[in-house]
Parts: sequence; structure tokens; C-alpha cells
Amino acid sequence: MNLQPEKLAYELSSPGRIGVVLPECDVPVTALPKDMLRDNLPLPEMDELTVVRHFTRLSQKNFSIDTHYYPLGSCTMKYNPKINEATAALPGWRNTHPLVGAEFSQGAIELMFRLQKELNLIGGFVAGSLQPAAGAQGELAGVLMIRAAQVARGQSQRTKMIVPDSAHGTNPATCTMAGMSVVQLTSDADGAIDLEALKAACDDTVAGIMITNPSTIGVFERNMKEIADIVHAAGGLVYGDGANMNAIAGIVRPGDLGIDVMHYNLHKTFSTPHGGGGPGVGYVGAAPSLAEFLPGPIAVQENGKYLMRMPKQSIGRLKAFYGNFAVLVRAYTYVRMLGEGGLRKMSENAVLNANYLKARLEKTYPVKYPRRCMHEFVAMGNIAEGVHTLDIAKRLIDYGFHPPTIYFPLIVPEALMIEPTETENLETLDAFADAMLKIAEEAKTNPQLLHDAPHDTPVGRLDEVGAARNPVLCYRS
Amino acid sequence: MPFIANTDADRQKMLDTVGVKSVEELFSDIPAAHRFPQLGLDRALSEMEVMRELESMAAKNASASNSAWFLGAGAYNHFIPAAVGMLATRGEFLSAYTPYQPEVSQGTLQAIFEYQSMAGQLLGMDAVNASHYDGSTALAEAILMAYNQSASRHRILIPAALHPEYKDVLRTYFEAFEVELVEYQGLPQDGLKMLDDQTACLVASYPDFEGRIQQLAGVADAVHAAGALFIVHADPVMLGLFKSPGELGADIVTAEGQSLGNAMNYGGPFLGMMGVTQKLVRKMPGRLVGQTVDGKGRRGFVLTLSAREQHIRREKAVSNICSNQGLVMLMTTIHLELLGKHGLKKVAELCWNKSHYAAEQINKVGGYKVAEGQFFKEFVVKTPRPAAEIAEKLERRGIVPGLPLSRYYKDRTHELLVCVTEMNTKAQIDLLAQALAEVGV
Amino acid sequence: MNIDKNARYAVSHEYALKSGDEIITGISDHAQSALGDIVFVELPAVGKTLKKGETFGVIESVKAASDVYMPMGGTITEVNGALEGDPALVNREPHAGGWLIKFKPADPAEFDALLDAAAYEVEAAKE
Repeated sequence: MNLQPEKLAYELSSPGRIGVVLPECDVPVTALPKDMLRDNLPLPEMDELTVVRHFTRLSQKNFSIDTHYYPLGSCTMKYNPKINEATAALPGWRNTHPLVGAEFSQGAIELMFRLQKELNLIGGFVAGSLQPAAGAQGELAGVLMIRAAQVARGQSQRTKMIVPDSAHGTNPATCTMAGMSVVQLTSDADGAIDLEALKAACDDTVAGIMITNPSTIGVFERNMKEIADIVHAAGGLVYGDGANMNAIAGIVRPGDLGIDVMHYNLHKTFSTPHGGGGPGVGYVGAAPSLAEFLPGPIAVQENGKYLMRMPKQSIGRLKAFYGNFAVLVRAYTYVRMLGEGGLRKMSENAVLNANYLKARLEKTYPVKYPRRCMHEFVAMGNIAEGVHTLDIAKRLIDYGFHPPTIYFPLIVPEALMIEPTETENLETLDAFADAMLKIAEEAKTNPQLLHDAPHDTPVGRLDEVGAARNPVLCYRS
Repeated sequence: MPFIANTDADRQKMLDTVGVKSVEELFSDIPAAHRFPQLGLDRALSEMEVMRELESMAAKNASASNSAWFLGAGAYNHFIPAAVGMLATRGEFLSAYTPYQPEVSQGTLQAIFEYQSMAGQLLGMDAVNASHYDGSTALAEAILMAYNQSASRHRILIPAALHPEYKDVLRTYFEAFEVELVEYQGLPQDGLKMLDDQTACLVASYPDFEGRIQQLAGVADAVHAAGALFIVHADPVMLGLFKSPGELGADIVTAEGQSLGNAMNYGGPFLGMMGVTQKLVRKMPGRLVGQTVDGKGRRGFVLTLSAREQHIRREKAVSNICSNQGLVMLMTTIHLELLGKHGLKKVAELCWNKSHYAAEQINKVGGYKVAEGQFFKEFVVKTPRPAAEIAEKLERRGIVPGLPLSRYYKDRTHELLVCVTEMNTKAQIDLLAQALAEVGV
Repeated sequence: MNIDKNARYAVSHEYALKSGDEIITGISDHAQSALGDIVFVELPAVGKTLKKGETFGVIESVKAASDVYMPMGGTITEVNGALEGDPALVNREPHAGGWLIKFKPADPAEFDALLDAAAYEVEAAKE
């Protein structure tokens, strides 16, 4: 890592420097409306080399999959194949326009059509939409679809969604954005859905349930079919949060288990890069019960031509145009390279790697729900007096590992959520497990090492309280 | 098997440690009847084959790399310096996660802070978040913010000439709420008449979908006097030259940032920009990075004010957004630093001069008439024959002349929305005028 | 744990302190300590009338945000403006300079239904 302080662009700026030479104006000049113009545009002034070094040095202050192991639970930080970048950069994709007309964008619509088809087959759905720009938007689509379907059935009084207490915060936040209220369901002693509590919660004001399977504690909801049956019998619909698709793609189709609508993140399971926080894609797949309500338009094929069409009772558009297309090119590249056999191997190795790490660590880091895990497991970090999960996370950085997800899910105290992914080899998994065990020893013999960690990073632990009390959100000279 | 390193021997060792005989055993929680289905996916391809397949598909699209391109309408063909892509696709940026661990994410965090700083200047706002999915969802969330300001205000005034797809997005986002979306015709000044004590906000489009720039002076005061918020949706390239919405009194500014360093990519990923005044910072959705210090007094950057967000506030969060457009925003940051103070202004001037030259040339062609009024880089042309027909003919000749408005407005069959940027040469513009003349008769 | 003997308490950790015919409300020392460093306090508009148990504001720390509830019904007469610049006042002196709101109670008898200091101490110790 680059440990040297890096100036801000404004501090590197020097009046008169230019980074890009633009062509001379080759047409006659037209007078500007002076009263509408700004006096000043205070952007930095830098030459190209200064900008290049600046961002190269900044990049060296990051951990990334390309440089470090990243066992970040619920985020599926698998390797992002380089071929994805090469295919997405083809000028025929990059430099084409969403409004050029179907006839002049047959290749783009064909790609979406084919990707929809593959993703529908993987999930066991009859139709799907690639519009949602991220998982959270896929969730919003799903809940709006459930709402629209209930209204269409004359059940507009159904305004509640059941959400388990183990759910990711986006689930309840999504319900609010969809104008629904949340009924929180307490998990049972196994961290699973409590069927009796579910039955009691289902009445004629419930529109549906949001369920994450595999769940956020990394186990498969064995009663998935029963859960769906209970909700369906009560007139509700089932939304599947596919955050954890990396455990089950090619292993089981969620559509076969009674899920009516589901999103999965192409920036997780389908290997598109996270980019430091996006862009993603939250594909939504639907069973026949909800297919006509999908957001659109979606790609269809008619008489040998590819077209974009709005489903009949669509909830509408979620963004302008057709989705994060360049991300779709990457995901399609990946699906094509895996094929059916590769997809199953992907999930198998993800689950095996997780069970292996769990076996190596669970004696030292207790696992609250010790059932066999899927692609991730949740351990606990309160392993010695005065030592917290945060300390373990920060100490891992000293060993060259990105910390796991911490303090989530909320139902596990001092949670350490570890997702190894399938793309790591045995040596890396062992090195990570060895580091975790070493840290557990340090926690007993020299806890200060943990409290002071990380030691070899560009900055140490930062004053987050100060940052939030007196926010400095932009450069001040 | 691509992208998996472990061999059968490795797997055997791991299975022994786990204490199971086979990988299949690990899936025993899944109902046997539904386990390991035949999916029917297409055959797996090697890297060589997949590249070939995608090259041939990509080649079927019309592209600005091999056409004279005058189509905008929300997605723009602007110049992107080579260094933008080269730097942004470094693995350290590309394959990093959201910067939740600040000690190992200072690269991403500082870049976001620089983005917030520059975008704040450009939009004229105190705080800018990072980021929204695109301009349309940024606008939807801005309106949602205004709507959540007061329980009694549910009327939203939007311009009739807002991008039609943006209007669609607003309808989707507000379907579940008691929101009344009301369109005003003409100028924002005309919208003022519709303000009342139920109005949450008035939205202005700067410029509007048809390219017209409107005088916004005085609008903010009237909107504020009615107790509502003033939201401006802007073209960020135009702001290289024109007054910022902040200077004109906007409370919230949204913009589509694609024009700043990102390719058209068939409509995405784009960049939703949102800036607010100091007063509204804690009500703003999305990620924010703040400057702080570590224990040794060294400057560093962290995600901050996260109590607004879904992972803490759950159903009371201001939005459900988490993954956003991180990499797209990084490209915009690099782009703005390369262009700098003078470059963005120059781009805006080139757009202005070239589009006005184009309008003049087209206006000289018999049967065509450019719409009256001030515009920035896009304008509407009345055509002698159906615009869709003209567009198709020209596209076959390698000229993409613009957007036939019939795509969105059934009755506007003889109107074409033409966009001219710094990418269009005089020769291309002359070619367009000549081709329009030829197909117009 | 610091407990103001003159105040009464809600189970949700707000205190009510009589001041003439008004009530002063803040959060208990126990509550501020559980929340950790407070970074922002959001308070209601003066003149707003709320019922007992309704949310009147939000207290944010770095990693959490907690709603605060009316210990009794009433109409807000004043909010603590000092917290805008110095939210840490709630941490430093929750029962004095770190008060949150003053209100005129709708039903002064609700005061007597709240926990007294001794009962609150027992309640808080359960957590």
C-alpha cells in the first residue's frame, strides 16, 4: 500500500495548467447571453501527468480483489474476470445510444434477450427484467410488483410486508419506499423463520413476505416451500431477496420453491466488478403470478427481430432507458463462459470453501447457529475480555486481509460474517484461517495490538464522531 | 472450469476437514426433489469464443464511432480523454468494495471527496452525495425529500417539457404515495401560478427536454415564499458556462452526469448527481464522505452521516439506496480534473457554437424550421416529412440525425430533436444539412 | 449511573422534570451512555402537540439512530437550541444543559404514572 499522504486535487492545482487540449472551434462564433453566464468555475487546474500520478497513487491506497483477499460476508467479492472488461469496452456497445431505434441496436437488444433467458432459467422464472440498477432497486421493483398485483386482485387493503429480523436493512427501507409498512418477524432459536409466528402474522392486511434464502446467517431455509405455502394460502405473495444466490445458482431454482418474484445482483453472483460502490444490476425474475407486472421495458423476440416491450401491467420504469447496460455485457460474458456445468461448480466451490473455513475457525470463533452453512457463515468476535469484533477486523488488515462484514446480521452479537467465494485457492483460505487463529492468540496475550490496529495503513482508525458532528463534505481552501 | 483454482485433490482435503464425503452432501438442506435441476443453459464458451460472439453482436449496433452522431435526448456523445478509462479501470478501483473499511479504502474515499468538492462548485450547492443510479432517479429522490419535509404538502409541480422517461420514473416511484404530480406548461414562471400551501416543490428543467434554456432568476424567491422547495434538474456540461442552479436559489439540484466522462453505453450505467443546501444535508439520501483525522492527526476520509441510511435506520431510512454508481462517479472525477477550470468551459462553448451553427444551417434548408427561443446544445426542428422516416433514411447513410419526437409524442410526427456537441465537426454538420435537404423533398 | 431524584422516567429512558407548569424532557444518563458519542439531535417544531409515547425527535450516534418519545402528552414550548452546535451536551450533562424539549402537558396527572427514580434504576439495571 502507498502510505504517503496524497494531496487533494485542489492542492495540486496551479493556475494555467491544462490536462486536455480541445480542438479549435471550426464554426463561426455565436454571441452568448451574458446575463445568464457564471462568473467563475472553481475547478482545479492540472496537467495530465499530475492527474495520472494522483489517481495511480490514490488507487494504491485501496484494498481490492485484484490485490487482496476480501472475505466480505453478503457481498460476494469473487474475482472479476478481465475478459468482462474487454467485451464491455467494444465500441459497438460503448458508443451506441438507447434511443437509436431497435433496428439499429439489434445486437444490444439481442444481448439483453439472451441474458434474460439465461437468468430466468437459472432462477426458474418465466420472465425477468434487467432494468433495476442495483439490488435495492430490484427489491423496490419486487415490492411494487406485489403491491400492484394485490391492487389488481382487489386487495388494496394489503399494505403490510412481513420482514424477518435477520433481514438486511434495505428490506424494511424498501417497504417504506413502496408505501408499505413492515411487520417484523422474530427468528426462531435456529435463526430460521418461525412457522407459527409466520402463521400468526398472516392476515388479510398482509401483501407478502420478503425472505432471504440462503438467509443472512448463511443457512438454507429448509422450510422454504412451507413458508411460501403459508403465505400463499393467506393471500400473500413471496418476495425472494437473492443477495445470496452465489450458494444456490445451478443447485436449486428459487422459482421451484414457491417464490413469486426475486432479485439477484449481477455485481455479486455474476462477477461484475463492485467498482468501489457500483454500478450494479438487480435483475428481477418473476413467476407467472407476477410476470406481467415486471418493470420494463424488457427485451422480446418477434419474427426474428429483437424489440423492447413494456409488460402489460408493468409497474413502469425504474430509471431512464434500459438498465446498466455495460454491466449486462459483463454478466452475459460470465454466464456464457460458465455454462450449466460451470455455474453448478461455482456454487459448489463457494459452499465448500465456506464450510472449510468454518471447520477451521469455529472452535476459536463461536458460530451462533452452528448448522451446516451455505456460501458464508457468521462467527462471533468477542473471544477475549475487552476484545471486540471491530478489533479483530482491524487487526486482519495488518495481515493483509480485508475484514469480513462486521456487526451484521443484527441478530448475532459481535457478528463476523465470512464469505470466502469460490475463486480463492486453498492456500489463500489457509492463510486467512491461520491469520484469524493467530489474532485469537494475540487477543489473549497482547490485546493492545488489536486495539491499535491497523498499523501499516495510510491512516489509522479515524475520528468518525468528529466527522459526523461537524461534517466537512467538500474542500475548503 | 474457469475462475476456480482448486483441484479435485484440494477439494478432497477440504471435504476431509469438513467431515463430509462429497460436495453434494453439503446441500442436504435443500429439498431433494428440487436439488440439482437441469437448467438448459447454452453451452459454455472459451474466452476466445465468447469474445468472437460478442464482437459480432456489438457490430450490429449503430455507433458514434462510425456515424455522424446528432442524437442526444438524455444520453450524450461527449469527448472522454483516454486517461479517464485507463485510470478508472485499474483493478484497485474497479474491484474494490464500497469503502466501509476506511483504512484500506482511502483511494476511493478521497476520490469521492474530490468529486463532492468539484460537483458542489459546478452545481453551486453546499453538499453533493455519491451517488444515484441516473438523473431520473436522482430527481425522483429529490422530490421524495421535498415531499417528506411536510405532512401536508403533496403537490409536486413539474415542467411539461421534462424528459418523458423521467416522468415515467417519477410515476413509478410515487405510485404508492398520495403524491399529486402536476405538469405546468411553458416557463417555471408559469408554474408559479399553480403554487399553493399544499405544494411541496416546483421542479425546473435547465435546459428542458427540447433543449430550451429558461431564465430562472426570481423563481426561487416565489417558490420559497409559498413555503415550497425549488428543485432544478440541470445539464452539467451547460453549467461549465451558465450560472449554477445554486446561484439561482435552488434548494436541491439534480443532474445526469453521464456527459462528464462516461460513454453512452446504450443508456447505462449513468450517474445521478444530487446537491443540496446546508439546511437539507441530513435529509439527503445516498452516501456522503467527510474529512476527518486519525489518532496521529493525519487527514483521512470516511463515510459519514450514515444514520440517514438503510443499514441503520431500516424502515425509517430516507432511501433504500446502497450500491450506487461508484465507478461512474470516479470516471467523472477524473474527467473533471483533466478538463479543469478551463476545459469544461471550452467544451460548453464548443457545444454552444456548433449547435447554433447547425441550427442556422438547417434553418436554411427548404422545408425545415428550427424552433424559436434560446437553446444550449439541442433544438427541435420541424421537418417537411415524418421525422422518423427522415431519421431512418439518414441512419442508413451513416448519419444519426436526432430523435424523432413521435417516439414519445404520437402527434408530433414532423419534429426532430437535434443534438450537437464538441464531437461534431463542421464537415459533419454540413453533411447533415445537405442530407436533410436531399431527403426532405 | 447518574439519576436525577426529582425527575420521573419513561421505560423508553426519557425523563420528565417539572418546571413551573411545564415539563422538561431529555434522556437519562443511562440512555446517553448506551448510545455513545452523540453526533446530532433532531427536535420538533415549537407549537407541535404530541401524545404520550409519540416520537418527538431522533438522536444520532455514529452507528445508531434512536427515536425519542414523549413521556407525557403535551405541546412543545421550547427546544434546546444549544444542541445544534454541541450535541455532545447530551452526553456530558443529560440532566442539565443537555435537555431536549420543554412542553406544556395536556394532562399533568400523567406525570404521576411515570417511574420514580428508584423504580427507573431497577428498570435500567435490567438491560
